[in-house]
Amino acid sequence: MLRFAVRRLAGMTVVLFAISVIVFLIFNVIPNSDPAARIAGKNANPALIARVRADMGLDQSLPVQYLTMMRRIFTGQLTSYSSNQNVAEQIWKGLPATLSLCIGAALLWMAVAVWFGYLSAVRAGRFTDRALTILALVGISLPVFWLAAILLYFLSYKVQLFPTGSYVPLSESPVRWAYHLILPWVTLAVLYVGFYSRVLRSNMLDAMNEDYVRTARAKGLSDRQVRLRHVLRNSMIPIVTLFGLDFGAVVGGGAILTETVFNLNGVGLYAGQAIGKLDLPPLMAVTMFGAFFIVLFNAIVDILYAFLDPRIRLGESAPV
Amino acid sequence: MTPMLSVRDLRVSFATDDGVVRAVDGVSFDVDTGEVVAIVGESGCGKSVTAQTLIGLTRSPNATISGSVMFDGRDLNTLPDNELRTLRGARIAMVFQDPMTSLNPVYRVGDQIAEAIRAHRSVPKAQALRHAVELLESVGIPNPQRRVRDYPHEFSGGMRQRVMIAMALALEPEVLIADEPTTALDVTIQAQILDLLRTLNSERDVSVVLITHDLGVVAELANRVVVMYAGQVVEQASVDALFAQPRHPYTRGLLASIPRLDSPRSDRLPQIPGSPPSLLTPPDGCRFAARCGSVFADCVKPPPLVAHSRDATHLDRCWATGVSA
Amino acid sequence: MSEAPLLEVTDLVKHFPIKSGVFIDREVARVRAVDGVSFTLHEGETLGLVGESGCGKSTVCRAILQLVTPTSGSVRFAGQEMVGRSPRELRPLRREIQMIFQDPFASLNPRKRVGQIIGDPLELHGVARGAELKRRVQELLERVGLQAEHYNRYPHEFSGGQRQRIGIARAIGLRPKLIIADEPVSALDVSVQAQIINLLDELQREFSMAYLFVAHDLGVVRHVSDRVAVMYLGKIVEQADADSVYRQPRHPYTNALLSAVPIPDPRRNAARQRITLSGDVPSPIDPPSGCRFHTRCPRADDICRNTEPALLDTGSGHAVACHRPH
Repeated sequence: MLRFAVRRLAGMTVVLFAISVIVFLIFNVIPNSDPAARIAGKNANPALIARVRADMGLDQSLPVQYLTMMRRIFTGQLTSYSSNQNVAEQIWKGLPATLSLCIGAALLWMAVAVWFGYLSAVRAGRFTDRALTILALVGISLPVFWLAAILLYFLSYKVQLFPTGSYVPLSESPVRWAYHLILPWVTLAVLYVGFYSRVLRSNMLDAMNEDYVRTARAKGLSDRQVRLRHVLRNSMIPIVTLFGLDFGAVVGGGAILTETVFNLNGVGLYAGQAIGKLDLPPLMAVTMFGAFFIVLFNAIVDILYAFLDPRIRLGESAPV
Repeated sequence: MTPMLSVRDLRVSFATDDGVVRAVDGVSFDVDTGEVVAIVGESGCGKSVTAQTLIGLTRSPNATISGSVMFDGRDLNTLPDNELRTLRGARIAMVFQDPMTSLNPVYRVGDQIAEAIRAHRSVPKAQALRHAVELLESVGIPNPQRRVRDYPHEFSGGMRQRVMIAMALALEPEVLIADEPTTALDVTIQAQILDLLRTLNSERDVSVVLITHDLGVVAELANRVVVMYAGQVVEQASVDALFAQPRHPYTRGLLASIPRLDSPRSDRLPQIPGSPPSLLTPPDGCRFAARCGSVFADCVKPPPLVAHSRDATHLDRCWATGVSA
Repeated sequence: MSEAPLLEVTDLVKHFPIKSGVFIDREVARVRAVDGVSFTLHEGETLGLVGESGCGKSTVCRAILQLVTPTSGSVRFAGQEMVGRSPRELRPLRREIQMIFQDPFASLNPRKRVGQIIGDPLELHGVARGAELKRRVQELLERVGLQAEHYNRYPHEFSGGQRQRIGIARAIGLRPKLIIADEPVSALDVSVQAQIINLLDELQREFSMAYLFVAHDLGVVRHVSDRVAVMYLGKIVEQADADSVYRQPRHPYTNALLSAVPIPDPRRNAARQRITLSGDVPSPIDPPSGCRFHTRCPRADDICRNTEPALLDTGSGHAVACHRPH
C-alpha cells in the first residue's frame, strides 16, 4: 500500500512537470501573446515595451523564466500579468463556487444515471429502454454552452423560474445557494447522465449473462435481489472508476463553459478570462491545479477499485 | 413407489433472430428417491437446457416451454415463478460447471452460502454464517473457520467446486442437479469430487441428476442413464444395461469412439462421421439418420422411444432395434 | 532408432519472474513453470506429454518453439541449437516445426478468411504465391476433410471440429517434420475428437511427421503415442513407451493419475483399484522440497522429503524420477 502511494506520488510529480513545460512552451509560441506589449498599452513604442519586458523579467531566457514562474507558483507569489492580482488567492476564492457546482452536479448525475441505466437494462429492448437511449444520446450530443444558454433563455429570461446565474455562497443562504445552482447543475449533469447510463446499461446486460447470476437465481433469490445484489453491484465497479476520473477532470477545468455562461465566480471562470487575455500565470496555475486534481483522483480511484473488487489488492501479488 | 421427479414430454424452444431453435424436443424420464440419473450427450444436444428448465431457469420472454415436471405432486412447469422460487435452492438445488465463474467474485464465500440459506429461512446472519462453516467442513474443506471469509478466487478449482456443492446442500435438498460438475477440473480432482457426490448420494439420500458428456463419469456414478441427441432422448436404461448392451447406433458409436485405458490400443478409432443436425430445422425422420451406419428405408419416419425387449426400463429410439439383423 | 533424434531437449528450464517494487521492479519470486525437462523425439515418432493443469506442458511447447525464451537449457532440432538464436536464424527451422493449438475458437484470426489463414505461412516462406498458392491451399482443405469452396469463408462459419481441421491444414501446409499439438482435441466433443485423432494419424503416416502430443486426457494420449512422458510441477516424473507407462506405471503419481480415470464400463470401473490423491497441486512458485510430489504421495518417506530424485532409466527405456518406485 505504501509502495503504491509512493509510486503514485512520483508519477504525479512527473506529470505535473511535463504539463507545466508544455503549457509554458505553447504559450510562448502563440503569436500576439507578448504580455509586455499588452501591458504597455496600445500606443507603446518599442522602448517602452522593452522596459516593461525587463521589468517583468521577460527578457531572460526561457528556461530561466520557466524556473522563476515555477518558484513563484509554489511560494504562492505568482501574479497575473494583466491585473496584478495574486493568482493563488484568486484560485482560492474561486474554489467554493467550483466545488459547489461540481459536487452538486456529480451527485445529481450519478443518481440519475444509475436510475436510468438500471431501468434501461432491466427493460432492455422495450419502450422504456428505447426512450432512455434516445434521451441519453441527446444528452451526450448537446454542447454544454448551448444547453446552458437555452436553459437560461427559456427558464430564466422568458419564464422567470430561475435566477440568471451568479453564485451565492452557502454561508450566506443555503436556499438561495441551491436555487442559483439548479440550472448549472442540470447543465453539467446532462452530458454525464447520458454517458454513464449507457455504460451502466451495457455493464448490467453483460453481467446478467454471467454464470454467477445464474447461480444466484438457482439459489432461489428473487429477481429483484438478483438484480441489485449481484448484477448492479458488479456493474458499478467500472462506473465508480470512471466517475473518479471524470470528477477529477470536471473540477480540474471541465466546468469552464458552464461557469462562464452562468457567471459563477469559480476557478473555471477565472481560467476562461485568463485565456481571453492570454494571461500566462493564471493559466499555468489553473492548469497545474487541474492536473493535480486529475492525478489525485486517478490514484483515489485505483485505491477504491481494490476495495470494490477483491481480486485486485494493491501491493500484494495475486494469490495462487 | 412414485418417483421423486417425473419429467414428461418436456419441450423447450427459443425464438432467436435466425428462427425457432427447438433445444429440447420431447424428453421424458424419472428420478427415484436416492437415485443418480445421468443425462449424457454432446454439446448442443439439449441436456443443459433440460436441467435448467427443471427449476425454471430457462423461463424468458423468448422461450416456449411445455410438458410437465412433476415434483411432490405439483407440476413445476406450470408453477408461477414466486412459488417455484421457494423450491429452487431449497428442495431442488443446482451445481454448475465452472466454479470460478459461477461464484460472485466480489462477495466472500461464507456470505454467498449465507445468502442461499437466508433466501429461504429467516435466520440471523451470524447463525447462517455458522451453518456455512459446518457446510464447508462437511464437504471436506480444511480450515473452514478461516476459509469461510475467503473470496472465490482464493480457492483452487476443486475447492471451489466443493464450495458450490456445500452451497447447494445448505438447505438439505431432496434433488441435486449437477451440470457438468467435473468437466472443468483435472482428473485427480475430478476423482475427489465424484467421491464426494457419491458419498452425498448414499449417506444423505439425495437424488442426483447428473449432466455430463463423459461416459466414464456416468459409469462411475450413475444408476440410470438417459442419452440425448439433437434435443431428444435416444436411449434410456440402467447403467449396467446401457454399457453392456447399447442399442442405439449413436450410443454404440459414442462408446466405441472413446479411447479406453482398459482395452488394447487400436489402430484407428471408430468414429461417427459428420456432425449433429441444426436445431433450427431438425430433420423430419430419425435425427441421427444422416450419420448412422445402419440407416434404412424406415428411418425417414421419426422412430418412437420404446422398449424393444423384456427389460421395460431399457428404451431406445431406433427402428433397427428388435428387427433381427 | 539408431539415427540422430529429430528433437533433443536437454534440461529445459523456464521460470517466469514475479516482479514487485516501488520504483524499479525487482524479482520477488519465480513461477517455476518448467524446471529441468529433457527428452528426445525421433522422426515419425509421437511423444505424448501428459499432466494436469499447472504441470508446465504448455510452457514446454512454447519454449521449444522459442515463443518464450527459455531461462536455460538446450533445444536441438535436426542437430541445430535453437536457444539463443535470432528470429532470422530461426526462420528456416521454424518452417520445419509447426504448432496446433487447443482452442479452435481462439486460435484462428476471425478477420481473416480461411484461405488466407492457411496460405499465409506458405507465402511467408516463399513456397508459393498467386494462383499456385490458391491451388495448394484448396488441396490442403480437401486433405483435411473440408471443401475447396471453404477457401473464402470466415472461421466463425465453422464448427469447433472444422476449425480444428483448418488449424491442422495450416500446420501441415509447409510439410513440417515436427508438429507440436497442444491439447488439440480437448475442447472438442467426443465424437469429433475421434475424427480429428484419426485425421492426425493419417497425416502423420502420409507426411512422416513427428508429433509432440500434449494432452491431459490419458486415453487419448495412450491411443496416439509411441512414447509417453508424465509431467508434474515442471518436471518429468516418468517416461517410457506407451504400453509400459499404462500397464506398469512406476511412479506413484502416474499410478494415481491412471487410477483416477473412470472407465466407461460400470462393472470394470467399480472393480478397479482406486488411489485418490488428497489435497491440491502445490504452487509452482514455491514447490515442495525434495521430491515435488511428496506432499501428496501415499508412499512418501524421509528421503523423499529431503532429496529430489533424478530421472533414471530402469531399463529398456523406462525412466522414473522416484526414490521408491513401484
